[in-house]
Amino acid sequence: MNRRSLFKLIGSVAGSAVMYQAMSELGHAGESGYTGPLALSGNPKGASVLILGAGLAGMCAAFELRNAGYEVQVLEYNDRPGGRNWSLYGGDTYTEMGGFTQKVEFAEGLYLNPGPWRMPYHHRALLDYCKRLKVTLEPFTQVNYAAYMHSSTAFGGKPQTYRAVHADFNGHVAELLAKAANQNHLDQAVSREDREILVEAMRGWGALDRNYEYKKGLLTSERRGYVSDPGGGLTSEPTPSEPLALHELMQSRLWRSIAAGHIYEFQNTIFQPVGGMGMIGRAFGRELGNLIRYNAKVTEITQDETGVTVAYQDTKTGGPAKTAQAAWCICTIPASILSQIPMTVGAPMKNAIDALYYDSAIKVGLQFKRRFWEQDESIYGGITFTDLPNAMIGYPSTGYFNEGPGVLLGAYTFGANSFQYAAMPPDERVRKTVEYGSQIHPQYATEFQHGVAVAWHRVPWTLGCAGHWTEELRARHFNDLCAIDGRIVLAGEHASRLPAWQEGAILSSLDAVRRLHERVLAA
Amino acid sequence: MRPRLDWVFALIGVVGLWVVLARAPHAQEIYAGGYKQQSGEDIYHGICQGCHMPDAKGAIGAGAYPALARDSRLVAAIYPLTVVLNGQRAMPPFGADLSDDQVANVINYVRTHFGNHYKDAVTPAAVKAARR
Repeated sequence: MNRRSLFKLIGSVAGSAVMYQAMSELGHAGESGYTGPLALSGNPKGASVLILGAGLAGMCAAFELRNAGYEVQVLEYNDRPGGRNWSLYGGDTYTEMGGFTQKVEFAEGLYLNPGPWRMPYHHRALLDYCKRLKVTLEPFTQVNYAAYMHSSTAFGGKPQTYRAVHADFNGHVAELLAKAANQNHLDQAVSREDREILVEAMRGWGALDRNYEYKKGLLTSERRGYVSDPGGGLTSEPTPSEPLALHELMQSRLWRSIAAGHIYEFQNTIFQPVGGMGMIGRAFGRELGNLIRYNAKVTEITQDETGVTVAYQDTKTGGPAKTAQAAWCICTIPASILSQIPMTVGAPMKNAIDALYYDSAIKVGLQFKRRFWEQDESIYGGITFTDLPNAMIGYPSTGYFNEGPGVLLGAYTFGANSFQYAAMPPDERVRKTVEYGSQIHPQYATEFQHGVAVAWHRVPWTLGCAGHWTEELRARHFNDLCAIDGRIVLAGEHASRLPAWQEGAILSSLDAVRRLHERVLAA
Repeated sequence: MRPRLDWVFALIGVVGLWVVLARAPHAQEIYAGGYKQQSGEDIYHGICQGCHMPDAKGAIGAGAYPALARDSRLVAAIYPLTVVLNGQRAMPPFGADLSDDQVANVINYVRTHFGNHYKDAVTPAAVKAARR
């Protein structure tokens, strides 16, 4: 009998509380990998759970607990489900902190995902919920060899294709390495036998010629692109392109963005929901219906031996504070907000909440009369990287070959750039973003129509984009943040090791639900 | 005719300038990769007002950004100094990204504007000493 079937047997005979204990003792419960839908066995006998926040973490918890027989209610600050799972469409109005209001005027079917916009293939829990909730997915293109790497100070400010930078960087490095190996400079590091293999590998990897040189020709143009492509008939002869010189390429720092697409989360295949990321939140919201009370601003959270009481204001109707009560509470309110809400929890959880500030991020969506990036530059999806303050231009991974209009992501940046962006009024952020992008795509000047800018430190219900963890903070506070305090447990991306990812929110929620369920059955 | 036209142009210019100034009272730049603003005024309006707002009156949503206008907590300079350097709850730390001069300048600006009248200026040396 293997361990998995042993756990199954223990679970079916003795109940999941015992199974959890057995798993813990065998060191298995710490695994966070998603293996399939949550199976909450045992009867909670109608125990009640109050869930704070109708983002993915909150709604996932509500969905699972309701299905397991709990009495569930959800309080949500916004007038819609989803939280940071959010898309802005034409006709929407968004008011940020300070009262700055933007009317979204995107054409029908176009949108901006101010928050998450991509879901890697290994975020299994999130993808499984999409499947179960019938949210249709399509591929999201991260790496596009036709998109640009741009430095305002290199190559006369002229953007270079990822294709060329990638090929030339690999080619030059391969040539250097092959040369060093052939001149016996690597003898300390590689055996004579491996050296030959290495040199051979460098030739293939870098597109080196038979003299181990990376230089202009059809061989290298097959990687970096041609001046004119091979064709048919009498005009078929291709013109090879000239590689960027090693020195200029190094100095340009364009190589800094080559590895972006090599990161686990950004490797193929990546998905996005058809119609905008917010489709997931909407699907959860539809599923939960009137279990969610919207426009509810939580003002106080108290607990005693018998249950949890939450005071809240109805932000639409006003009036005196209302209260909601339940035996248990799953709180998914971001730490940045929660640290300001009076709450009866012990010092360890309170200190953990107070320790977490939220990172800055900004996204700017720009609508253009036509999809010039496709029509003029053959860029279909993917991301351009620049050293200008907007940092990225994201091309839509959907609606290819439509005439237009089209919406692209004109800016996606963090840290200092983002804090400065947030300090501007929204229309100024848009104006700046158009100014930056014009240096890469001159078409901006004549094709721009309308923009929307979401600065996450101005978002009234998060005060930032995601919890900022450092290794030191994690060591000191993470377990205290996640541990059940009396009748309250926290969940959300901030209570995960996948910060800022929707998968983190879901996994954290499933983990909290599982532990709470054990506690309820044991009580 | 000509002088009148000049007057009209001049008037348009003045009105235009007034409109520009009224719309954006503080010219803002985004410096890629780091804060290059030096004066307290430029730092406040280039960074801090993102949360504390252009009039320093703060803002309220599901949570709140505290007002810095007429703020009695600013009476002891060490308080804003500590918060700017190290952060506090939702307030991110800026100690790693701002120089001693920049931190001193912005604290001195806020403590002498927006209805605050604290005359004891913070020195860059005091900022340096407060870094932990």
